[in-house]
Amino acid sequence: MAKAEYRLILKHADEPGYTVDIDCYLSHGGYQVLKKALAMPPDQIIQEVKISGLRGRGGAGFPTGVKWGFINHEKNTKPVYLLCNADESEPGTFKDRQIIYKDPHQLIEGMVISAYANRAHLAYIYIRGEFAKGAEILEKALAEARERNFLGKNILGSGYELEIYVFRGAGAYICGEETGLIESLEGKRAYPRIKPPYFPAVLGLYMCPTIVNNVETLCHVKHIVEMGGAEYARIGTPNNTGTRIWCVSGDVNKPGYYEYPCGAITFGELLYEVCGGIRNGNKLKAVIPGGSSAKVLRADKKYKIPKKKEDGSTEIVEMGLEDIPLDFDTVAATGSMSGSGGIIVMDHTRDMVECLRNIAEFYAHESCGQCTPCREGSLWMKKMLDRICTGGGRPEDSKLLLEVANHIAGRTICAFGEACSWPVQSFVEMFGEEFEAKQRKESSLEILEPLTNRTA
Amino acid sequence: MSALIKNPFNHDLPPLEAPLVNVQLDGQWVKVPKGLNIIEVAKRFGKFIPHYCYHPKLSIAGNCRMCLFEMGMPKLDANRKPVVDAEERPVINWLPRPQIACATQATEGMAIRTNSKLVKDCQEGVMEFLLINHPLDCPICDQAGECRLQEYAYDFGKGRSRFVEEKVKKPKRVDFGPRIILDDERCILCSRCIRFAREIAKQDVIGFVNRGSYSTLTVYPGRVFDSNYSLNTVDICPVGALTSKDFRFKMRVWFLREAKSICTECATGCNIIIGSRENIVYRLTPRVNEEVNSHWMCDQGRLGFHYIHSKKRVTEPASHLNGSLFPLEWSEALRTVAQKLMEFPPSEIAFLVSARLTCEELYLVKKLMETLGKGTEIFSEIIPRKGVADGLLRSADLNPNTKGAIGIGIGKEGRRIEELKNKIRAKEINCLFAIHENPEEVGIQEDILSSLSFYVWQGLIPGPAVHKANILLAGASFAEKSGTMINIAGRLQKLHKAILCPGRAREDWRILRDLLLLVGVKERVFEKINDVFDAMSKEIDLFESLSWNTVGDLGIDLSQKLKNRSIL
Ligand SMILES: Cc1cc2nc3c(=O)[nH]c(=O)nc-3n(C[C@H](O)[C@H](O)[C@H](O)COP(=O)(O)O)c2cc1C
Ligand code: SF4
Ligand code: SF4
Ligand code: SF4
Ligand code: FES
Repeated sequence: MAKAEYRLILKHADEPGYTVDIDCYLSHGGYQVLKKALAMPPDQIIQEVKISGLRGRGGAGFPTGVKWGFINHEKNTKPVYLLCNADESEPGTFKDRQIIYKDPHQLIEGMVISAYANRAHLAYIYIRGEFAKGAEILEKALAEARERNFLGKNILGSGYELEIYVFRGAGAYICGEETGLIESLEGKRAYPRIKPPYFPAVLGLYMCPTIVNNVETLCHVKHIVEMGGAEYARIGTPNNTGTRIWCVSGDVNKPGYYEYPCGAITFGELLYEVCGGIRNGNKLKAVIPGGSSAKVLRADKKYKIPKKKEDGSTEIVEMGLEDIPLDFDTVAATGSMSGSGGIIVMDHTRDMVECLRNIAEFYAHESCGQCTPCREGSLWMKKMLDRICTGGGRPEDSKLLLEVANHIAGRTICAFGEACSWPVQSFVEMFGEEFEAKQRKESSLEILEPLTNRTA
Repeated sequence: MSALIKNPFNHDLPPLEAPLVNVQLDGQWVKVPKGLNIIEVAKRFGKFIPHYCYHPKLSIAGNCRMCLFEMGMPKLDANRKPVVDAEERPVINWLPRPQIACATQATEGMAIRTNSKLVKDCQEGVMEFLLINHPLDCPICDQAGECRLQEYAYDFGKGRSRFVEEKVKKPKRVDFGPRIILDDERCILCSRCIRFAREIAKQDVIGFVNRGSYSTLTVYPGRVFDSNYSLNTVDICPVGALTSKDFRFKMRVWFLREAKSICTECATGCNIIIGSRENIVYRLTPRVNEEVNSHWMCDQGRLGFHYIHSKKRVTEPASHLNGSLFPLEWSEALRTVAQKLMEFPPSEIAFLVSARLTCEELYLVKKLMETLGKGTEIFSEIIPRKGVADGLLRSADLNPNTKGAIGIGIGKEGRRIEELKNKIRAKEINCLFAIHENPEEVGIQEDILSSLSFYVWQGLIPGPAVHKANILLAGASFAEKSGTMINIAGRLQKLHKAILCPGRAREDWRILRDLLLLVGVKERVFEKINDVFDAMSKEIDLFESLSWNTVGDLGIDLSQKLKNRSIL
């Protein structure tokens, strides 16, 4: 028997009869937490979020309470903006859309509470351009909320005022990077800003203090206020609190999204029990644990994971991929990351060079082109992989791929530099033999056969 | 005082009140103003951090990643006190990631490494990336020889390419505006030109389209980049992507002889470099002077020099007799002029002098008038030229040395042109000496000129009624002479001779000196322009205690003296 899901964020999303209408939301206790929140001093909400240990669900896992603490409200004289990052473009990730399409009011309630805590009176939902229907649903939900005075002037008699607008994204992955998002929202190309000096909390939207949070993150805030930070922190494990929605795609029998407390379930349990095992009875070969930019993990490798002992000291334990619990810290200890929660599964029939080529193609296409290493390096790596996959590989290509990737990571304006080089570094390091095989003359002939593994 | 153009950014000029902080630069502790960016910090101590997108007068883009350096901060103990080593030196915590120098500002205790292993690796990486899709058409590229890509490839690159894929193809000959051609394949996407257009020229019409390595610089559809400052983008473009239609394919830059001078197209007096070869001027480029033009100049000034090579130029002294022109020897021409000038009573002589002459020339004119006048004031006037000030560099006064003319005492700023006309008509003035001005320009046409008994014309390109001149003296253009001028803000600045005069034309100060000798001023013979300046500084109190050598390449501020005399 597979472990039962713990649905906090997706509690109602797939319930039969549950709709996006405000009445449905209200009949399920909707906007009650907002009432509670508006009776609390804003700083107390920030305090609860800090206590909850909530970490951002957008990719970096940054502690939300710490982020909110960056704005000094005593000194600040500028307006504060709250931006909801609904650009969800990391390949392998499809959790935010569940919330937007099925339970938009949960997001709005979370946003009003978060905006109130951060003294924002204007908030935007920056929604991925391709989510046309999602934008429509949100527009309607916002209108309903406005009508019931959950938005607008003097919300529920509290004296607090907030407006939320939907902004449809420009159809590029880079619009999800928070400073690119801000530029795009300002009507410009989504060129990420240099940090320093343009940290959103200091010089964000229109050079004002700005909080950017992921859709799922903002929904968690509602539950934190509802149950209290300390109670929320009991879900999951220390420093890995709350639930996470894992999006499983690839070679499993039952791909989909599954919500569990952090650390409550291992890769093995998720893939073999929850997702019904590897397709066609195949063998698991590799997993990308946190969206396509996360480093790939090899199924037959042992990972050295530091474990806290009773006495407070840490010891290093060896773990196979299947035993690694799904949380933030343990996955990070493998050298990869749980990122956006997009778990991409590859079985033994997969050609890893082809898989990397697919990923590299995405990043070469999505690099904004602003800074030299990422702009030139992402396309170079893609072209090299094209050549290797079409029979033109050379023995020196693996090393060159690595060196190009190493010249990008850590040297760019935004984390896209890592996003495009981590896959290359990890695929080449973990599956070096497959690259070498392809780069040998005799085997390059084999590759000219139809590329059956390539998904469309 | 600061530049006449207001730069939105001055990263190289920290505020004077900035306190000094201690930073460790490649192991040496030095003091620098707090907040100064690291490229400028390094520069102050003779170290060079290579950079493409950074420009001291433009906003920071941080996109080229050429300026990556290693940064550290002092390690602090639990009490936030710096930890020191056995030799009492602070222990540095080095950041694992390189930082960009252009966007990093000096703070107390910061440590900087500009040439560590990591820094060199970063530089090699960026150079390799910039070159993989570069067309490398250096042999036909105008930038070759002054190209940052070539220079840095040599200094910071690996010297070989590992790229075996096909290069990205982009448009090669894009009409980027009336004066500029863009080669998109050469563009390294540093965005300097975009920021210049937006922040300085205030014509925000250029930008990038497409993404990643296919990013392409372009002009907004339906708009043209025709700002009067557009050619500055050609200067600040680190590569050969932007080329001037005027200069393109005309001359390899390493053949250009460079002379420091100033632009004479308006009273701002932008500092320039005259690039010439074999007595032909090929281009003017701005020369940095933070008191005047900063790094810039206008397109009109930059392209305005072509008249100096005009076929219509008078290149030898000549006389007009019965409608025909006869070349003369200089000695003969000058003797005739001197003789004639001495024949007329001073009240019948008038000098129409250009405010485009140098102070030295004006001073010699003044001396000539005084000698001929023998106590009576000789009539003199200048021709004023009015344009429209554009709020950037161009001034409303289009004469480069009006202030000099007033200061030396030539003319009345053009207020007596009508009087001159009437006096010639009334035959009160019978001898006219026009120096670098055509009287026709102010309505003194053939009919009026016909009333003169003697008319001497000295200059470059004559007007339609020049056949009325009895003697023509071939003078020199701004590029052919040395001297000084006073700009609109009261700054005395130097011109330096870049090329020789064409034909038998002569520097005007030499012509005037010889006339002075001929009319009898023999107490001192000027050999060099320095002699004229030094004599001028003794006789004209505006220039008191100055000498040719004290007026440096960037000029000297005379605004207070001019204000005291109500000239400014
Ligand atoms: C290239 C790139 C793309 C990103 N795309 C997204 C995205 O689609 N959605 C998102 O929530 N965060 C995305 N992020 C992360 C955001 O920059 C930001 O960290 C996040 O929205 C913060 O929210 P959180 O603290 O709630 O996680 C992206 C980051 C990078 C570098
Ligand atoms: S790292 Fe890539 S995506 Fe990010 S700013 Fe640079 S070029 Fe753009
Ligand atoms: S821009 Fe520089 S490197 Fe490029 S072709 Fe011209 S001279 Fe050569
Ligand atoms: S044209 Fe020149 S200045 Fe403009 S972005 Fe390209 S390289 Fe930079
Ligand atoms: S000079 Fe271009 S990034 Fe610093």
